[in-house]
Amino acid sequence: MNSPITNKATDQLINQSTDQLINFLLSLADSNLILAQRNGEWCGHGPVLEQDIAITNITLDILGQGRNFYQYAAELISQSSGEPATEDSLAYFRTEREFKNLLLCELPKGDWAQSVLRQFFYSIYTKGLYTQLLNSKDDRIAAIAEKSLKEVNYHVRWSSEWIIRMGDGTEESNQRLKNALKYLWPFTGEMFIPADFEKDNGVDLSLVKNEWQKNVQNVFEEATIATPDINMVMQSGGKQGIHTEYMGFILAEMQYLQRTYPNAEW
Amino acid sequence: MQLQFIKKNYYGDIPEEKAGSGGLSNSQTPLSGGEVAWPLWEVFIRSKQGLDHKHAGSLHATDAKMAMENARDVYTRRQEGISIWVVESKYIHASNPDDAEIFYEPAEDKVYRHPTFYDLPDEVKHM
Repeated sequence: MNSPITNKATDQLINQSTDQLINFLLSLADSNLILAQRNGEWCGHGPVLEQDIAITNITLDILGQGRNFYQYAAELISQSSGEPATEDSLAYFRTEREFKNLLLCELPKGDWAQSVLRQFFYSIYTKGLYTQLLNSKDDRIAAIAEKSLKEVNYHVRWSSEWIIRMGDGTEESNQRLKNALKYLWPFTGEMFIPADFEKDNGVDLSLVKNEWQKNVQNVFEEATIATPDINMVMQSGGKQGIHTEYMGFILAEMQYLQRTYPNAEW
Repeated sequence: MQLQFIKKNYYGDIPEEKAGSGGLSNSQTPLSGGEVAWPLWEVFIRSKQGLDHKHAGSLHATDAKMAMENARDVYTRRQEGISIWVVESKYIHASNPDDAEIFYEPAEDKVYRHPTFYDLPDEVKHM
């Protein structure tokens, strides 16, 4: 029989690893939710009807992926803390510093080039990340990753073709893509700076980075766009809850209804 | 001269110059404001149970790849199909409603064209 001290130490260890698992799930969920909220701004405003539907389809896909991660996180939080949590409470009642999404996801939607380029960067990133999570020792995460990958593969294809079309298109589309690249590139590095909760959950972001770099470069070459230096100084902080000035405005808009009328339903 | 800022698009059986693509004869039709309309495409979807592709509707796209993806996004969101065909609308030649009299009416009194006048031998089971 274990001594009480060892028991306590084991408990603490389990608690810590559960906490890190929850943090990891929240970071995945938050990035998806915040990007979905941003992309959702295109609904009814797309350049043409067909692309309006395309980007809102993608938005609903990533919102769904976010929900899967939130639901799992909510179960773990409810079990470990005894305080009931739901996917809605996690989305609507946490404050800015508690959100762990990538800064890339919260930036303004900008023009079509900016939104599509952001989607391109993010989709290639999640493709690499989810592929790694297929081998997660946590069955639930592996299952969510497997389901999400089918959607993500389409997002990669859709956004890649837009990058090629704009880069290798008209003078204006090429210029707009270059402007978007200049703006977004410094926010891409954060994806590959591992947070503790990523390391603790067995994620190797250096592998994701290599794969990402290769894929981005391939598409950029076809789009006649030069790939900037991936090792330049990059913005970071999102995973630790330190956000850009845009974050507060998104949360205000997204959380307004639930905070004003708690538990309001459709 | 009065400038036209808003172009109204019509759909359905309407004069070509008022069609959604701005006319099917020219795939790059200038709109007001110097913009160019994307070509119109017809979409055909085969459902899981069906053997044939059925016309689902039309959409705008710059090229076949985009037309395919737009068709996927617009017409298969609710599991409508497992196979898609797209074809640029300008390549479809439609019969003229004015030709109905000479095209279709002559067939009306020719019932013998239906294979209903044959006596089938009993040995033939599956006809």
